[in-house]
Amino acid sequence: MNLKELYQEIILDHGKNPHNLKKIENFNKDAQGYNPLCGDKVHVYLKLDDKRNIEDISFEGTGCAISIASASIMTDLLKNRKENEVYEVVKDFLAMIKEKPELSTKILEEDEKTKLMCLSGVKQYPMRVKCATLSWHTLTSAMDGKKKEINTEKFD
Amino acid sequence: MNIDNIKREFPIFNNKVHNNDLVYLDSANSSQKPQIVIDRIYDFYTKEFSNVGRSVHYLAVAATNLYENTRVSVQKYINAKDKNEIVFTKGATEAINLVANTFGQKYLNEGDEVLITELEHHSNYVPWHYLRTSKGIKIEFAEANENGEVTLKSIEKKITSKTKIIAVTHLSNVTGAILPIKEIAQLAHSKKIPVLVDGCQSAPHLKLDMQDLDCDFYAISCHKMYGPTGLGILYAKKKWLENLPPYQGGGGMIKEVKKEGISYGELPNKYEAGTMATAQVVAFDQSIKFLEKIGIENIIKHEKVLMDYGQEVLRKNNSVKLIGNPKEKGAVLSFTIEGVHPHDIATILDEDGVAIRAGHHCCQILHEKLGLSATARVSFGVYNNKNDIDKLNSSINKCKKIFNLK
Repeated sequence: MNLKELYQEIILDHGKNPHNLKKIENFNKDAQGYNPLCGDKVHVYLKLDDKRNIEDISFEGTGCAISIASASIMTDLLKNRKENEVYEVVKDFLAMIKEKPELSTKILEEDEKTKLMCLSGVKQYPMRVKCATLSWHTLTSAMDGKKKEINTEKFD
Repeated sequence: MNIDNIKREFPIFNNKVHNNDLVYLDSANSSQKPQIVIDRIYDFYTKEFSNVGRSVHYLAVAATNLYENTRVSVQKYINAKDKNEIVFTKGATEAINLVANTFGQKYLNEGDEVLITELEHHSNYVPWHYLRTSKGIKIEFAEANENGEVTLKSIEKKITSKTKIIAVTHLSNVTGAILPIKEIAQLAHSKKIPVLVDGCQSAPHLKLDMQDLDCDFYAISCHKMYGPTGLGILYAKKKWLENLPPYQGGGGMIKEVKKEGISYGELPNKYEAGTMATAQVVAFDQSIKFLEKIGIENIIKHEKVLMDYGQEVLRKNNSVKLIGNPKEKGAVLSFTIEGVHPHDIATILDEDGVAIRAGHHCCQILHEKLGLSATARVSFGVYNNKNDIDKLNSSINKCKKIFNLK
């Protein structure tokens, strides 16, 4: 157990002053996520261009430092990404949070990976993994155009 | 048994949590178990186990007697008139579901009202909600005030000619408010309305006297009373248990079964279908003995000292905000820290071995009313002491430091 690893400066900064915390105008995809165990809520908004690349991305929500920081970092890293890149980064992030020691995607720069790896501290806290993944699952739901609310209790 | 040394009766405190002594402040969720309760489960399975109420062999008779002994102990502990007014269930949740289901079946029709409060745990709302969808009943909520309490007046306000049952908590698991059950029952009975009490939080902390409270139903959770999990108790006045239909069907609850029809057994068997949590019932007798040995007056005194000290310490701590300030308050302290989410508080406290609960505590209605998505909650048991509160406070300070708060 290492609290310092979990609550790194970057997590606290993003948790306190989250980036892209708003409802973007002209969004054309959105989805809501909910963690019924702790009450965390997130709403992800996307503006996709006609090739389904993310032109703009934002979120609204309430939650712990981990879940807000995760959403904030996610929106920073995925703005102006192509559709296939988004899916690849999401997949890589979720795999890292669950089992893989590192990120393997070539899409992100090293400094971007470092930012994302700050969230890897939750691995030692199984009850908190869902805090880090909620916004990511919600993003996928928005990309897929599923209207159904994401519920963390329905994931492994 | 001296309450100051009671921690040593609980073997869990011999273990370290993240290399720290355990500071267990989550008893409203579930209490720890004294050695005598743990031993009783082991002994029963080792030397005395058999199913109860069916066979005539030696072990079956002995086990049946032990099982029924607990029923009598519970009857005496809560001052029920008759041992058959005690029904064992799998938990307080099942006890409330039993009443909602059977009472709803027989007495509730479309448009009838069930009056609950904004303080209720989901287990005293969701079972009634089923009747809203199946029978078209209405659920009314007596309002909680800014102190997080529900007064007799706010109950009275919501009673109408359609009110068919009032279901209220005895002690709120979020604000700690103690409701005036005796007065609520008097008022309700003057209008011929029965009262169900969710006694989950009160049973380990208050004197239980069914004759004094005069409620119709009282639901108890045994695992919060230093007893085993998987066991609850429904106290119900005999007239109700005799008049309401059975809840679950199966072995043990019948009188006669024929192809053309079935007649049901006498109380209490009517409501105890199938093989019950036998070992847990037998062991729960030891929980009652444990509580009796300390004495409820001593427990009340001890927990009042902790509550006063806890409130004093947390009030002095900048950035900590206590939730609710009821005049009559039980062993629960909910709080928030400006700028730190309750889940982050709980994770940071946990590293110091301080176990608290964070979330909506199965009370979303109340949290919505308070405008909060979650709170942190500290709750006491007989084994807590002032030192635990000091450790809590220093962990809260560590939490503030991590989040750069003053």
